[in-house]
Amino acid sequence: MVLTVLRSLGRPALAMLRGIGAVALFAARGLTRLRPFPGRALAQQIIQIGWLSLPVVGLTALFTGAALALQIHSGGARFQASDVVPAIVAIGMVRELGPVLGGLMVAARVASSIAAEIGTMRVTEQIDALVTLSTDPLRWLVTPRLWAAILSLPILVAVGDIIGIMGGWLVGTTSLGFTSARYIADSWAYLEGWDVLSGLIKGAVFGLVVALSGCWFGMRCARGAAGVGRATTSAVVAAAVGILAANFVLTGLFFR
Amino acid sequence: MIETRDLTRSFGAKRVLAGVDLAVAPGESLCVIGQSGTGKSVLLKSILGLVPPDGGQVLWQGQPLDAARLPQFLTRFGMLFQGGALFDSLNVWQNVAFRLRQRMPDREARAIALDKLARVGLPPETADLMPAELSGGMAKRVGLARAIADDPAVIFFDEPTTGLDPIRARAIDALIRSIVTETGATAITITHDMRSVALIGDRVALLQNGRIAHIGPVAEMDSEPALAAFMGRATLVHR
Repeated sequence: MVLTVLRSLGRPALAMLRGIGAVALFAARGLTRLRPFPGRALAQQIIQIGWLSLPVVGLTALFTGAALALQIHSGGARFQASDVVPAIVAIGMVRELGPVLGGLMVAARVASSIAAEIGTMRVTEQIDALVTLSTDPLRWLVTPRLWAAILSLPILVAVGDIIGIMGGWLVGTTSLGFTSARYIADSWAYLEGWDVLSGLIKGAVFGLVVALSGCWFGMRCARGAAGVGRATTSAVVAAAVGILAANFVLTGLFFR
Repeated sequence: MIETRDLTRSFGAKRVLAGVDLAVAPGESLCVIGQSGTGKSVLLKSILGLVPPDGGQVLWQGQPLDAARLPQFLTRFGMLFQGGALFDSLNVWQNVAFRLRQRMPDREARAIALDKLARVGLPPETADLMPAELSGGMAKRVGLARAIADDPAVIFFDEPTTGLDPIRARAIDALIRSIVTETGATAITITHDMRSVALIGDRVALLQNGRIAHIGPVAEMDSEPALAAFMGRATLVHR
């Protein structure tokens, strides 16, 4: 009886550990297949993942910064602390909202596209064709995407931070009674280098999470259109949950 | 010489390959036939390690074709996939010259690609088309050009005429036969089209219940009861 219970608990635990190990090995292999250096593919992926995500990340940051300014102003008014709007918007954007919302938007746009592209290649035997043409699919497909996401996300986060703070400034100066000079001065006054740097590090980690989810589920895609659909959904869900979980762990590490 | 000894492969409880013994001599063209789902494509992929076999051995030139020797084998290998398996993000000439571009300038690789496209009956104008712009027959021809681009010593053809109308199918068969004869390559063709077997093959092997039920010269296939039974079934299916 006891053994049966232990077995029923142990099996899923072992399966989960095997899964984590397999993903970790996949990531390690994907990150290290850099010879010969896939420069052209990396540049293409930076455009796909980074450059083409700028509009959606920028718009998200703009509206988030603006809404945050309104919320803090109305909430702060309850205890006469409306003046903290610029500082809270700046710190909130660079530490938390910029990286997390930027990561989630890129997850929605990029993890699905990577999973669909690689999954389609899997079901149409293009990945098998790569192998028969003496080409390592990991080096050709996974390595450029992982590094492109790791390099692009911090830049997207930085741009998102600036646009988010501008969103707060726009609302602050047009409807909350701040002067432009005061808003900017207050934003800078309380912002520390580590606030910015921690957000950029989060961005790089979220980039890895997003690209890894897309590549992992794409490479393991089952046959047929339904298989590609499932891989795409799984990639987005895993990337979103992975970003939120990683954010909690990193915030604990950085700010406890 | 390519050889498989007691090759086995299962998917869950289903045993697809149950001990396949096969030997293909240098320069020989072997056709492997069998009903759908009998593991013909799995056999090819097991030889290449794309679907790792559960047991048995694959030998190339008398030595095991293991992970250490596979890269060397692949440099002398070409394959035509069932659906063409052309890379969507590359145009026709870049697909054909995929391997060549890894060791020579694009201008040289493109010249060879155009030559191979001409060999499979495609005009130079097709070189800059994307795979999505090709018909099924053209995609097969491009796949064939890619398979022979690097003058391989061993070529696999996985159902080369599936999805083509009879006229295009016979044209592809004739093309494969002439390429195999011309290059002296060792060829294994997976098909369930008996007209393809007659045109392409020197020998024919029937895969049944995970094993080779019969292997013999194509010229004698009409007199072999196991093949006659399969052909009868194939005819019924075609009707």
